[in-house]
Amino acid sequence: MGAWAIAVHGGAGVDPNLPPLRQEQAKQLLTRCLNLGISALRSNASAVDVVELVVRELETDPLFNSGRGSALTEKGTVEMEASIMDGSKRRCGAVSGLTTVKNPISLARLVMDKSPHSYLAFNGAEEFARQQGVEVVENEYFITPENVGMLKLAKEANTILFDYRIPTGGYDSCGVGAESPLQMNGLPISVYAPETVGCVVVDKEGRCAAATSTGGLMNKMSGRIGDSPLIGAGTYACGVCGVSCTGEGEAIIRGTLAREVAAVMEYKGLPLQQAVDFVIKQRLDEGKAGLIAVSNTGEVAYGFNCNAMFRGCATEDGFMEVGIWD
Amino acid sequence: MGWAIALHGGAGDIPLSLPPERRQPREEALRHCLQIGVEALKAKLPPLDVVERVVRELENIPQFNAGKGSVLTSKGTVEMEASIMDGTTMNCGAVSGLTTVVNAVSLARLVMEKTPHIYLAFDGAEEFARQQGVETLDSTHFITAENIERLKQAIEANRVQIDYTQPIQNDTKKETAIGNGDSQIGTVGCVAVDGNGNLASATSTGGLVNKMVGRIGDTPVIGAGTYADARCAVSATGKGEAIIRGTVARDVAALMEFKGLSLEEAATCVVHERTPKGTVGLVAVSAKGEVTMPFNTTGMFRACATEDGYSEISIWPAPKFE
Repeated sequence: MGAWAIAVHGGAGVDPNLPPLRQEQAKQLLTRCLNLGISALRSNASAVDVVELVVRELETDPLFNSGRGSALTEKGTVEMEASIMDGSKRRCGAVSGLTTVKNPISLARLVMDKSPHSYLAFNGAEEFARQQGVEVVENEYFITPENVGMLKLAKEANTILFDYRIPTGGYDSCGVGAESPLQMNGLPISVYAPETVGCVVVDKEGRCAAATSTGGLMNKMSGRIGDSPLIGAGTYACGVCGVSCTGEGEAIIRGTLAREVAAVMEYKGLPLQQAVDFVIKQRLDEGKAGLIAVSNTGEVAYGFNCNAMFRGCATEDGFMEVGIWD
Repeated sequence: MGWAIALHGGAGDIPLSLPPERRQPREEALRHCLQIGVEALKAKLPPLDVVERVVRELENIPQFNAGKGSVLTSKGTVEMEASIMDGTTMNCGAVSGLTTVVNAVSLARLVMEKTPHIYLAFDGAEEFARQQGVETLDSTHFITAENIERLKQAIEANRVQIDYTQPIQNDTKKETAIGNGDSQIGTVGCVAVDGNGNLASATSTGGLVNKMVGRIGDTPVIGAGTYADARCAVSATGKGEAIIRGTVARDVAALMEFKGLSLEEAATCVVHERTPKGTVGLVAVSAKGEVTMPFNTTGMFRACATEDGYSEISIWPAPKFE
């Protein structure tokens, strides 16, 4: 029997001017979530149960961009998405376009366990939620005053730019002044920090699982789907590892980031940390992202190519670490 | 090196006893689409334009499960999805849940080129379609009598079909066999490479017969149903849930990249060793102008051509030469 390991994240790419209080709150939340997961692992919960449990906690807390506290669409509404994958048989479940489901990750799990499909979205997903009797609330529940303010800033920042497709050759901002602000998705990080949440776990039986949940990109077009619900992009788990990503969704999708970690472990024989480092270095080009990962042998690793990532990790031998900056 | 193109009209349990009146229109359609693609490549159109053009053509043909002729959801409606990827830039676009857009693949391309996003779905995608002024029609346009009948059978059998398949072997609790031998249609896709090694891939579908409203399959998921990079372009078809969990399209490219396998070795490995029998087929081309079209189902409607003059239009494993 192996050893368990767990990692959580609250998003890659952090505003360098994030107030200390907020940093402290983030670390406390990550710690609380780690402890929740650790407790469950000590009670022999399976990896897939643990990742769901932990991500539910992250969704419920309004601090990060998932569930309550989700980023807003251009219409000022919330559209949430999530995915979960059970590495032991590579079963998966994903949802997008949720507007009333209190815990998207749990609906993703139900798609995996209780439907003949792997991915349900928008009205169909909402309908399935009602059939399954999951907890639903008004869309307003998910909207926080802070995000309403952020949306306003995002729209203002947006009016400066006419086309901010992220070209692989790099992005030239249209000169907001001598110093160019730190950017995610081509726009100021203070507004566009992803703060997607995720959790990866390997349990004592060596089973890996991964889960990711988000409200998506601030000021996104209604109907926009990012990397978080896409198996292979934002989430992946198989016999050798579990991975959850965060950052610029479009970069993660085109880099099939989560799958890459497993692919280099499997096909190049790299151990976990090297695989993570390789992927972050080689698969992102100009894109900014981060990820957390565990291996079936009880290791945990993370990597990011931006300035910071909210993260926490712990292993059975007592190691525990929570961090934000590089 | 030289250009190459491959396209498919779906993999599944296509019975060898398929009557001529069902087989010939599809073969003719494949021939027609292949010709369109070949002419476009000869005219030196970029592969991205070529795959879009060919898939548009396939979407318009009602015998295939994409665009007009899409299979129906459990509510008798149509929900179409597609994706497209440019191997040179790694840009991609995807759409899901379309109900009125005549050519889903073209909307996917517009998402890629005209928005800061990669993937738009359902109402948001339909809204974007209107903003872009693409051709839309009332959703009844896409519904064919054949598919109404298919849905009826599936509902009676209380099953979700891969629109045509009697699974050869099935170990998941979710998919069950349809014993009616109806195996004539499937997802469509096209991959192409030009003489300079530029690659592109596109895939389009109506999904599964009797699927739950809102169900998304592998087709719009980059890395699952569609993938293109500097080495190869891949478009997959078959059982969506299996293609998603196997990240099939990306896996072909990953094997080439990380294990140094050739296109054919990589594609064969993914289809015959890494995905359950009866679930998948794919078409792929490499930067060097090679083509491969493996499948682990009874058959796959497919066609390909290379600059050196080779061409093929086939359904079952033994290729038929023109």
